[in-house]
Amino acid sequence: MSEPIVEVSNLRKSYGDVTVLKGVGFAVEQGDLVSIIGPSGCGKSTLLRCLNALETLDSGTICMAGVTLERSEGERRLDPRFHDLAHELRQRVGMVFQQFNLFPNKTILENVTLAPLVVNKEPREVAEENALRQLEKVGLAGFAKRYPAQLSGGQQQRAAIARALAMNPKVMLYDEPTSALDPMLVDEVLSVMKALDAEGMTQIVVTHEIRFARDASDYIIYMEQGEIVEISDEDEIFSSPKDERTRRFLHRFI
Amino acid sequence: MKRFSLLCLIVAIFGSPLVFSDLRAADPAGAKDSSELKWAAAVDSNAPFAFYDAHNHLTGFEFEIITGIARHMAREPKFIQNSWDGLIPGLGRGLYDCVICGIEITAEKGQEVLFTDPYYITFEQLVVAKGTPPVSSLAELSGRKIGTLEQTAALRMLEETPNVVVKSYAEEINAYNDVCNGRLYAVLLDFPIAKYYAGPNPALEFTGPPFGKITYGIAVSRSRPELAKQINAALGEMVKSGELRDILSRWGLWTPTMAKALKQQADPSLPDTEYKAFAAQFEQEGGIIARLKKYFVYWPVILQGCILTLEISILSMVLAIVVGFLLALMRVYGPFPLKPIAILYIEIVRGTPLLVQLLILFYGLPYIGIKLTPFLAGMLGLGLNYAAYEAENYRAGLLAIPKGQMEAARALGMTHRQGLVHVVVPQAFRMVLPPVTNDFISLLKDSSLVSAVTLIDLTGAYTRIATQTFDYFGTGLLIAAIYLLIGLPFVRLTGWLEKRLSTDRRTPEPKPSFWLGLGA
Repeated sequence: MSEPIVEVSNLRKSYGDVTVLKGVGFAVEQGDLVSIIGPSGCGKSTLLRCLNALETLDSGTICMAGVTLERSEGERRLDPRFHDLAHELRQRVGMVFQQFNLFPNKTILENVTLAPLVVNKEPREVAEENALRQLEKVGLAGFAKRYPAQLSGGQQQRAAIARALAMNPKVMLYDEPTSALDPMLVDEVLSVMKALDAEGMTQIVVTHEIRFARDASDYIIYMEQGEIVEISDEDEIFSSPKDERTRRFLHRFI
Repeated sequence: MKRFSLLCLIVAIFGSPLVFSDLRAADPAGAKDSSELKWAAAVDSNAPFAFYDAHNHLTGFEFEIITGIARHMAREPKFIQNSWDGLIPGLGRGLYDCVICGIEITAEKGQEVLFTDPYYITFEQLVVAKGTPPVSSLAELSGRKIGTLEQTAALRMLEETPNVVVKSYAEEINAYNDVCNGRLYAVLLDFPIAKYYAGPNPALEFTGPPFGKITYGIAVSRSRPELAKQINAALGEMVKSGELRDILSRWGLWTPTMAKALKQQADPSLPDTEYKAFAAQFEQEGGIIARLKKYFVYWPVILQGCILTLEISILSMVLAIVVGFLLALMRVYGPFPLKPIAILYIEIVRGTPLLVQLLILFYGLPYIGIKLTPFLAGMLGLGLNYAAYEAENYRAGLLAIPKGQMEAARALGMTHRQGLVHVVVPQAFRMVLPPVTNDFISLLKDSSLVSAVTLIDLTGAYTRIATQTFDYFGTGLLIAAIYLLIGLPFVRLTGWLEKRLSTDRRTPEPKPSFWLGLGA
């Protein structure tokens, strides 16, 4: 057992009067693949977006890849150092979006090399060499010169994964990575994620793919109404869920 | 690299010889001390005072008088073009030493400027269509539509006559044409104008006695009485030597009124050769070839107008794009003080007429000590005005880029600024190309307003040629065609750029269209 690479405690977030996260806490160890499942509106996407500070948490602690974001309750003004820390954190954490969010005006190669060039100031040859390696890893070796619009959804999502990997992240976050895909194309994305798991990448996946969660996850977090209801082993949660709410949600899959 | 190119741009703008030569012209200190006598007039449609003849040479009886005066003062005459409305304000700005442009000496104008002794005394002449019953007093015009020019003694006289419907025109030729085609009953104007613009026209005739008494004087700044004295002395010598009588005789303007005023002989000292030459233009009507030949004489004026129009349009568009882009960034992403400033700027500039802005820049700013050259004022006016429109274009472009793009950039570890520069702005740029092209074409046409700040652009060339050839129709078509032609290459260029930047490369490249982008 190694040190946890992600540690979240008492994370709260609300929009106006609506509380989306009511004190969430969990830990992820190096190399784990964790799936977060739950009904729509349970706060799982918000949780993921808080993790790399695309949304600013209201209070709690996020400790990820060696960077700690912390806010105490009732703290009205954001610590000026928060943005620097968030920026630091994002450089160590990759994120993949439901809608891919590739840059449509750039080729796949340019999409993958942009951040290494701009953020890390890598020399172009180094960035491109690395990018081609990442594209090969996700099975897009021959697509470097294409534009996103010329690729299928599954290919685009794999390109988005390669783009995130090019920054050598310690943790990968996925926000419903297959929800926008044709069912035929889901597996090619999931197999890339399984391959990364085999390489020892730490991954947190918000997903509706219950089967993938069961097959690939080290464990599953079940959320409902802004709270973590259950954290269980992938077999346990299907065979003998501890909580009645989990059972109700999963009954179709059991 | 970016700073360097900006610097280049600034050098290019301010290094333009046009800007610098104009700067010197606008220097009031230079106007006082130099050996030049800078005189201003509005020379469009200004026969027989001072105007460009068919060969584009400056001529006219006022031109000859001021040249003579300068010679007697041992100074070099230098002509400065201005619009009729801008002549007196320009004097106040120190753009030139004096104005000679058929300006009537009145107590009212005497408040603003200092007048020299009169150099010509004349009256108002009524002109009607041939065959109209004779008119012997203005009161007989009751109920009739009468035309005249803006800001003239004739306008004042007509307004004092009860029940006359007064129409004031900017160009005398248009007023006389309206008598010919029945829109007006008569035109009342200064005798020299009537003689030159109505006299040669067989469809018109003079009627009635001389109305009123008008004295023309040269206007100088009230702060320079010594200059007025020097001009009076020079004028006095010209009267004594008979030089003035010779000039007026050749122009067919030596009248008994003048003879009496100067106590000289009533008969002209020389034949009226200048008038005959001018009137001959009316007779040479011809076919289309003759017409085209006539336009050809003016090609230098058209070319100069074209260059100025292009120069000012391109420079102001560059300014509009740069300033507009900054405004858009301020409005979309700016923190508290910047955002409302941008909004305020856009609303004020967009909500007020461009012409008013130009006039404020050129004639208004000197009151607070800022003197701009005509070129700089025109360029800044157009550029800063269009910046407001460009800002809104860019804002639309920036807002149209999905939020996910910036999120992806930030998730990759980019700062907000890096995300803007590398991800959002390049996409927005492609998106706003069509409206920006649209604005450039619009700016190209709006650049015609710079004639209000004394610049002769393509529209200025139109007025000049039309008033010299008495042909508003043909010249108008010609100039309109030129505007269309110089705008098309830009449409083509941006069309090409748009295709190059297209994000969907699956669409095949269309074959280049021969017709300058008309088919594209």
